[in-house]
Amino acid sequence: MFDVAIVGCGIVGAAAAYELSRYRLRVIIIEKENDVAVGTTRANSAILHAGYDPEPGTMMAKLNVEGVRLAKELCRKLDVPYRQCGSLVLAFTPRELALLKTLYHRGKENGVQELELLTKEQTLRMEPSLTPGTLGALYAPGAAIVNPWEYCLALAETAVRNGAELRLNSPVIGIERLPGGFQLSLPTKKVQARYILNAAGIHADKIHNMVASPSFQILPVRGEYYLLDKSAGNLVEHVIFQCPTRMGKGTLVAPTVHGNLIVGPNNEPVADGSDTSTTRDGLEQVAEMACKSVPSLDLKESIRNFSGVRAVSDQEDFIIRRAEDSAGFIDLAGIKSPGLSAAPAIARMAAALLEEAGLTLTEKTDFIDTRRRVRFRELSLEEKEALIRKDSAYGQVICRCETITEGEILDALRGPIPPQSVDGIKRRCGSGMGRCQGGFCTPKVMELLCRAEGKDPLTLLQDTAGSCLLAKETKGGAADV
Amino acid sequence: MTELVCIVCPKGCRLFVDEQKDFAVTGQSCPRGEAYGREELISPIRTVTSTVRIEGALCRCCSVKTDRAIPKSLVFEAVRQLDGVLLHAPIREGQTVIAQVCGTDVCFVCTRDMEREDTYESVYSGLGSRDY
Amino acid sequence: MYELIVVGGGPAGLAAAYAAWESGLQRILIVDRDQALGGILNQCIHSGFGLHRFGSELTGPEYAGRYIRMLQHTDVEVALETMVLEVTADRQVHMVSRKEGYRVLEAASVILAMGCRERTRGAIAIPGTRPAGVLTAGTAQRFVNLDGYLPGRRVVILGSGDIGLIMARRMTLEGAKVLCCVEIMPYSSGLNRNIVQCLRDYDIPLYLSHTITEIRGRNRVEQVVLAKVDERRMPIPGTERVLDCDTLLLSVGLIPENELTRKAGIKMDRRTGGAIVYENMETSLPGIFACGNVVHVHDLVDFVSAESERAGKAAASYVLHKEEPQSQVLELIAGEGISYTVPQKIHPDKVGQTIEIFFRVTRPRNSSRIRVTSNGTLLSVFKREHLAPGEMEHIRLPRELFEKATGSLELSIEEVIG
Repeated sequence: MFDVAIVGCGIVGAAAAYELSRYRLRVIIIEKENDVAVGTTRANSAILHAGYDPEPGTMMAKLNVEGVRLAKELCRKLDVPYRQCGSLVLAFTPRELALLKTLYHRGKENGVQELELLTKEQTLRMEPSLTPGTLGALYAPGAAIVNPWEYCLALAETAVRNGAELRLNSPVIGIERLPGGFQLSLPTKKVQARYILNAAGIHADKIHNMVASPSFQILPVRGEYYLLDKSAGNLVEHVIFQCPTRMGKGTLVAPTVHGNLIVGPNNEPVADGSDTSTTRDGLEQVAEMACKSVPSLDLKESIRNFSGVRAVSDQEDFIIRRAEDSAGFIDLAGIKSPGLSAAPAIARMAAALLEEAGLTLTEKTDFIDTRRRVRFRELSLEEKEALIRKDSAYGQVICRCETITEGEILDALRGPIPPQSVDGIKRRCGSGMGRCQGGFCTPKVMELLCRAEGKDPLTLLQDTAGSCLLAKETKGGAADV
Repeated sequence: MTELVCIVCPKGCRLFVDEQKDFAVTGQSCPRGEAYGREELISPIRTVTSTVRIEGALCRCCSVKTDRAIPKSLVFEAVRQLDGVLLHAPIREGQTVIAQVCGTDVCFVCTRDMEREDTYESVYSGLGSRDY
Repeated sequence: MYELIVVGGGPAGLAAAYAAWESGLQRILIVDRDQALGGILNQCIHSGFGLHRFGSELTGPEYAGRYIRMLQHTDVEVALETMVLEVTADRQVHMVSRKEGYRVLEAASVILAMGCRERTRGAIAIPGTRPAGVLTAGTAQRFVNLDGYLPGRRVVILGSGDIGLIMARRMTLEGAKVLCCVEIMPYSSGLNRNIVQCLRDYDIPLYLSHTITEIRGRNRVEQVVLAKVDERRMPIPGTERVLDCDTLLLSVGLIPENELTRKAGIKMDRRTGGAIVYENMETSLPGIFACGNVVHVHDLVDFVSAESERAGKAAASYVLHKEEPQSQVLELIAGEGISYTVPQKIHPDKVGQTIEIFFRVTRPRNSSRIRVTSNGTLLSVFKREHLAPGEMEHIRLPRELFEKATGSLELSIEEVIG
């Protein structure tokens, strides 16, 4: 029997796994899809918010501020791309200008160290491409951008390296109570654990209701995005927000850690939480909203559109608590924004709840708390030279747009959580993320996969299970000529 | 009267072929176009390009073509004849892959030199670093 | 130090290197990222190449083979499976390969011949899910022609450019069902012969003034939604039709691949997507030339070769004769009805007997006059019966014309009514 079963390996599940893997516990992470970080975690704005937005006194407020404090150090230790670029919330009307003051005070109350209200002139000097109608801004130098799926991968990989078990392709179909714990039914196996952490994102209510009486509902909200070419990447230097509304933080324009520009999201309640399609109306809405902040935005520079569904719940705050009628079952649910920001703090709170519930946490002495990844493109000339001399695979460039080498792809294949698809490789080393969106490198990555792993090309997946890339061979080879 | 676009050269002249008048062609800019107009209606022909599997080369396929045009009606059958063919590197451009395609005197020939995987580099002169 | 380094061993790089050799350069290196020379031609197994250049209709590999065999009789060096990471203004070429590691090679001249890439789904923002089975025609061509795999069984092709048309036939002959070719414009940008040989021959319908408005499918493409568009190319509500398919092939445009060019600080032309070049294909940086699809997207490889031969000769001239920079420069202006010209600048005193100006028109035209003016003075007129954006055009200007020109030369179209 495991000590803890974590359902879901998005950013919350991975952070929890990382946190628990510090202790002498038997931990298993159970993930529905064929990779980690493929739910909301991979399709969001990738921002670590400063913390002025949540209502003071809420869990969201406390965990946002603590989470981003922990994130800075975590990203450094675990080699996750992170950039503290700061953020600006723009005001276009006097009412919004007043709202900025509210946010400022809220931030101060939440414990945000650095916050400043800027005049129109100061704002436009800081960001010349903003709309001249800007009346002022709330400047938060502490806001940062991150690679959200690498953040999740880094946490999950470290947990696995420290002994946590990970089961992919394992949707939880049922949960029964057992003396001293639970039994989770997966498609081909049953797993037993004393405690459960429910980090199932948009499916959290379904998981909760398997073993406890319903106490919340997930009301998924979809947001669509544009990702612009790197040539547009420095249109703005900070994250540019608009004033928040009831629906959320609104449409933003922000640089990404890769050097692209991300534009979005909108907010559309959807019936099916797994519906991550983009829509013409949604994208138009995003375009219209975003151009309010940055009129010179040229969406023809877009290289990709995507959408992410947030696990908004019917409750205002995060749902981080023990299920009332099911001792040992802890919900980490309704983690909408600032979920990414709060993740490591949510994990610590989860550990505290587990301890309260009777789990003994004894720290490991041999906890591996670092992670390093080779990024060929970022090395100096001398470092590149030395690396290739050490291993010639780093001399073979596979992804031309992003300069990703065979060595890095092989590293991805040999990591603690091996990828199961071409996109899984993309998430680990960046191949295919550039302006040709894999047009050039996908056949090469596939070739490499076949060579390195002996796979049959016809079984290779683009991303999820069932997303086969190829249909059949063109000609059989039988008779010799 | 049938109207068609000549495909002999990129000019794409609009041809008019009169079946009633012994397939007389008008609208052409050159004799080849006139010949094409008649032929296209009487017995259309096409050259076929495709690939065959190859072993021991840098990639799995070798490109081939029919060395002359064959009746359009035989195209699918001709391509099917390439199934099950397996060449072995090295291969020379022009090498015959299948003689007498569909019983005609047309052959499928290779359209590319393909070296053996392990020797392709030596084909190019002066490969390797030189100090200048 | 090399006298010339050519970045790219496709048709442009091959022709340029050979011409440079024939013009007297001796230490020439071609760098290519692939395992063999030939570039994109290796996967263009269809015929239609070389009618102008060799008087013969060749397949892509055969066309490349001609140049490769010519080069085998020279001392031109080749570095394969080598990726150029940077070209500096002072012509240091940074490259990386498994065998040689990271190298910085200096060259007296450089020719950029990197070709182009394809526009993707993201560039045209097709809404819907993101399943497997959406790929560009070029990637599909690589799978089918080099790797020997069919990427799908029921195919819809978006874009009626030649690559899309060629793949319609190719996929059909390999056993796929190609449902249709969809083109947003009211006319096809592909050659007529391809419409006949690739679509009509196989009864594949061509839907002009249509587009794909949505992609559906959970893990793999399951359906696409087809809709008619109006004069502004916007989908007309109510005209939607759902097509069951497992593959959407995109043939929606080519973009010159100029990452290296921009990094070097070379001046670019927004309209071509490539470098601004002089009549000898020299860029804004002395000693650095560019040719082929990296300068502007061509329709016929024959013209790529001609242009590249000019670049090769010019590089040789630059290295061997070390001329002083020219004082007079004529700007070429793309006037009414012209989307761009290549070259964009001319050294009037360097022009030989004649100069070829390549251009594309902004929209299809019937009987037209191409006017060449300088500061309002009409210098020459050319008549053309039929012009289309999908067909690169050219005019030949005699040396004498430049003696009458001052400051700039403008090309414009005047349609002849009646």
